[in-house]
Amino acid sequence: MSTTVAPAAYDSKIEGNVIFTRIDAAMNWMRKNSLWPMPMGLACCAIELMATASSRFDIARFGAEVMRFSPRQSDVMIVAGTVTYKMALAVKRIWDQMPEPKWCIAMGACASSGGMYRSYAVLQGIDNLIPVDVYISGCPPRPEALIEGLMKLQAKIDGEKSFLAQKESLAALAAEA
Amino acid sequence: MAKNLSSDVAAIEKKFAVLKKTEFRGETSLLVERAQLKDLARFLKEELGYSYLIDLSGVDHFGEEPRFEVVYELVQFERNDHLRIKVRVSEDHLSVATVSDLWATADWHEREAYDMYGIGFDGHPDLRRILMWDGYPYFPLRKDFPLAGKPSDMPEVAFSATAPLAGGPFVTAPSAGTTEDREPRSREF
Repeated sequence: MSTTVAPAAYDSKIEGNVIFTRIDAAMNWMRKNSLWPMPMGLACCAIELMATASSRFDIARFGAEVMRFSPRQSDVMIVAGTVTYKMALAVKRIWDQMPEPKWCIAMGACASSGGMYRSYAVLQGIDNLIPVDVYISGCPPRPEALIEGLMKLQAKIDGEKSFLAQKESLAALAAEA
Repeated sequence: MAKNLSSDVAAIEKKFAVLKKTEFRGETSLLVERAQLKDLARFLKEELGYSYLIDLSGVDHFGEEPRFEVVYELVQFERNDHLRIKVRVSEDHLSVATVSDLWATADWHEREAYDMYGIGFDGHPDLRRILMWDGYPYFPLRKDFPLAGKPSDMPEVAFSATAPLAGGPFVTAPSAGTTEDREPRSREF
């Protein structure tokens, strides 16, 4: 008795449901449209962050409405506010707990540079401790500015070549061996 | 001075040594001896009815002797009287008696004065730093502490560094001008 193998035939039912793309393009598309933020609300910028998440500005339009209060489930840390030295290592610790790939937005003057607090108590920019992808100016920035920062981050993610880079480095290793 | 307040001050002067009495815009301040502070505080609360301590703060008169000062703002609710008590504290004996057993609010205020100036409060139940972290080596509101801060490091806890002041204190300039004119910048005075 022989098993019959169905020949790979043209199936009109799935036509239009299949697309061809590069895996990087597909991954980047998924990553950039579901950026789950870790809301690191430390000062008045956090009020604007909340406004951005609420109905008028509605950051859900960009797939970033799911504020995760667990760093293990978040993709982008939005540092919103003044980072004091007392808080600095706690922010670093939360950043370290976030799984890769991860991004960071420094929202407002304080998180970007210390802002008006040139003092003994305030870290002069969160980029002293963690790598920042997007800086947003303003004191505090309007929700539109935060949304533009998020769109800039999406554009940055869109240009990433993580799979291609991995493939190329593996090919380089194989060529060496 | 209100009539009740002046009788309070007279009662205080009868029992305690008042080093200096100041009146400014209807506010009365009494400078008293450090050793008599605790008895005076108890007298004010229990005999004269000053049941509410609004604030307790430290002052650094850098270059004067005694260098430090502790200020107590008191209120008598029934008569709506406001009295300010001051105590000078020298750097050699940098402590005063706690009043946190009389007014519970003094607990954290004394911790703050300790944190910022290093003034000790004898008998305080839990005299730890309140704003800076335990182990921070300086007292940042002292006049000889630089505005930009000093570097310090406690691994795994906190660190601090010197802030760039770009040649002047980094301050706002109040005016009717635009945001650009008013916002914090390095300015020379």
